Amino acid sequence: MVENQIRNTQQPSRAAEIVPAIDLKGVSKSFGPVQANKDINLTVKRNSIHGIVGENGAGKSTLMSILYGFYKADAGDIFVHGKKVQIKDSSHALDLGIGMVHQHFMLVENFTVLENIILGAEGDPLLAASKAAAREELARLAKDYGLNVDPDAIIEDLSVGQEQRVEILKALYRGADVLILDEPTGVLTPTEADQLFRILEQLRDEGKTIILITHKLREIMAITDTVSVMRRGTMVGTVATKDTSPDKLAEMMVGRHVLLKVEKTAAQPGEKVLEVDGLSVTDDIGVPRVKNVSFDVRAGEIVGIAGVAGNGQSQLLEAISGMFNPLLGEIRINGKKIKFDGDGVADEVRRMGLAHVPEDRHKMGLVTTFEEWENSMLGYDDDQKFGNGPFLSVKAAREDAIKRIEMFDIRPQNPRLKTANFSGGNQQKIVLAREMDRDLDILIVGQPTRGVDIGAIEFIHKQIIKLRDEGKAVLLVSVELDEVRSLSDRVLVMFDGEIVTELAPTASEKEFGLAMAGLDPAQQ
Amino acid sequence: MSARQPLPSWALNVLMPAMNVLLALIVGGLAVAMIGENPIQAMQVLAYGAFGSGYGLGFTLHYATSLTFTGLAVAVAFHSGLFNIGGEGQAYVAGLGAIMMALWLDHTHWVFVLVGATVGAMTLGALWAAIPGYLQAKRGSHIVITTIMFNFIASALMSYMLAQVITNPGSNAETRTIAETGRIPLLSEYFEFFKHSPVNIMLFFGVVALIGVYILLWRTKLGFKIRTLGQNPEAARYAGISAVSIIVIAMAISGALAGMMAVNEAVSVQKRLVVGYVQGFGFIGIAVAFMGRAHPVGIVLAAILFGALYQGGSELAFVMPAVPSELVVVIQALVILFSGAMDEMFKPVLERVFGAFRSKPQADKAAEIEEA
Repeated sequence: MVENQIRNTQQPSRAAEIVPAIDLKGVSKSFGPVQANKDINLTVKRNSIHGIVGENGAGKSTLMSILYGFYKADAGDIFVHGKKVQIKDSSHALDLGIGMVHQHFMLVENFTVLENIILGAEGDPLLAASKAAAREELARLAKDYGLNVDPDAIIEDLSVGQEQRVEILKALYRGADVLILDEPTGVLTPTEADQLFRILEQLRDEGKTIILITHKLREIMAITDTVSVMRRGTMVGTVATKDTSPDKLAEMMVGRHVLLKVEKTAAQPGEKVLEVDGLSVTDDIGVPRVKNVSFDVRAGEIVGIAGVAGNGQSQLLEAISGMFNPLLGEIRINGKKIKFDGDGVADEVRRMGLAHVPEDRHKMGLVTTFEEWENSMLGYDDDQKFGNGPFLSVKAAREDAIKRIEMFDIRPQNPRLKTANFSGGNQQKIVLAREMDRDLDILIVGQPTRGVDIGAIEFIHKQIIKLRDEGKAVLLVSVELDEVRSLSDRVLVMFDGEIVTELAPTASEKEFGLAMAGLDPAQQ
Repeated sequence: MSARQPLPSWALNVLMPAMNVLLALIVGGLAVAMIGENPIQAMQVLAYGAFGSGYGLGFTLHYATSLTFTGLAVAVAFHSGLFNIGGEGQAYVAGLGAIMMALWLDHTHWVFVLVGATVGAMTLGALWAAIPGYLQAKRGSHIVITTIMFNFIASALMSYMLAQVITNPGSNAETRTIAETGRIPLLSEYFEFFKHSPVNIMLFFGVVALIGVYILLWRTKLGFKIRTLGQNPEAARYAGISAVSIIVIAMAISGALAGMMAVNEAVSVQKRLVVGYVQGFGFIGIAVAFMGRAHPVGIVLAAILFGALYQGGSELAFVMPAVPSELVVVIQALVILFSGAMDEMFKPVLERVFGAFRSKPQADKAAEIEEA
């Protein structure tokens, strides 16, 4: 087959330049009334890194799922290396040379790297032969692409960055020459992200084609050759990366001009509102997560906590909000100590003046099967205004919800709609409206803009700064370093349960990178 | 290929259960045909036996009342995220509370017996359910396992009590009969229509329980907390809802509701407590709750259906002796199988049907609304 010959030659011929690796023509897909992809055309050139950006719900993931065989398109044609195909399922996609690295890794934690790589492609009933073959192939891949991982290491002993490499190796081992990566840097430190980019560049130079889905414009600018922008299920356009800028891309994504920089004045810190003293938290299975952490947050300032996900931020938030009893230490709000007794004192902490926007709105902040108005009072249902005695005043609760819907511009403006039917950004607004519009002294907020559209990010950031300017204390935890730096007045960096250092938001990216890897930049 | 379409609520809550019941009756009819009897005739006898006379209807409603209580019991626990399999044991132990109060008060007036027995039944039912609830909340002992175990404990305990402790001397493992003065009246005493049928005042208690559960779950703060815990335990923890107390309270309410059956069956009709009086109604309550989608409106309909199957089934065995009583149980079991265990069998098919019939312009319009 001519196709394969072209694919196997190291030097791409003229024909390869012309025939694109992936060509989508008029692809449409709808889920019930929601049209996720509308007449999408996308051409991905061979030997290139092609970025796809768009807000949440723009249809990026759906499009890639169609390409990877998870969904079937309602209409349109897919051409892989110039040949029209009907991709039936993911193993068919792999046969066509399309591999995918998911946002959440699909690895068996207690298997070795080698076992994970042959999983699903075992070949013989006896594993010895395929293991030996895989070991040889892995050595070759490591040599060709700089993808070094110990084949005998157990997955759970690896770092997140290494796990991601295993995922990439898995796809390459199955013969993928078009590699789709879905938000690959969400779980990586800046250094690990840089390493990943180097690997991707090398893969491209060795003849592979990379499709990178992300919402981080900085990454698009840093690594891609071409970028396609999606908005509300349509393809807005494809441009060469060197001809565009983050501002232009953001405008294409949202459809209007967006302020990427957060504008704020200098903070005027007042009294200490939140004091954390020698706090240690051990999780359910006895692993220490927060180790002797002390800091305070004053009225009128935003203190940010930076760090790679999983370094104790979640447990810190849970302890401060009264959801989880700490092992040691003390937390004071307005000088009053939180008394931990029983199974959770989150309601009492709320009454002390703390509002909490949790990291994960689906897991914690909302009951997605409830109607919007019910979530609008979650945690506050005991308030007098929602009814006297044991009874719930549905009328009062819905009126209160409507007030918040208007104030935070939540759409659609329907308190009776099931919460799951709101978009990610609007769901986050439901949580913010509930927590921010009340008599509070301190707001603790985790990942305020995770999975939120650029347009809504701007709004959420403004609200947080407005709260600070009203003299409230804000503790912000985010894994988005840019977000922490642009919003915070002071930044604490967390690593392995400890606060490594405090940095000014203006500190260099290198300093943050070192601190997030657990090294105190001051001692370097 | 047409896309699957999320089902509208009427299709999900009315059409699908109706199709399940219909399928169960068709398969049951096939079983009747297999033994050489006329399935149409059998179904007619079944329907007439359940609804055709005041006598039949009285029995149907009496069974439906018991099933309403046990069905609501499962539903309340289910809304808090717990699968209470122990309605059988809770109703059984509640019988002890009910009969002790009744026997204590039966020389006063039936109104006192009614109130006393209800309080006694609810208290012991609540207690018997709260223990597994507490074990689940505090110790993490799985509620399905513990409630099943508690059914066995209840059975052993009650056998002991009825044979050794509150037994009526001379008779076999049962209490003495409630005195005339304390007997809760049957509806047949007021309405000739229900002559010879056991339906009684507890029917109205059933209606009150249905409304009460609706108010509890959707119109009180406690109900909001119960539902929050059931739908998303992490969100409940975030909201500061104490899982331990909500679980214990929800289980207690559940057990109290199951216990109400004792007043309907043992106190009002049998007028004494006999060994094994619950006769599986606690278990059928699970099917009732599931078929009724854990909502009072659905539960009342499901309870009437299962009550009708019970009554119509015994009529069938009586009128068509060639149909063995085991086959009647098979028909009942088929309804439970199709509307309980294989509840969502038709869902994928219906979703495709709805997808195919959905007109294109309508889809576009909906998409525009999304964007606006």
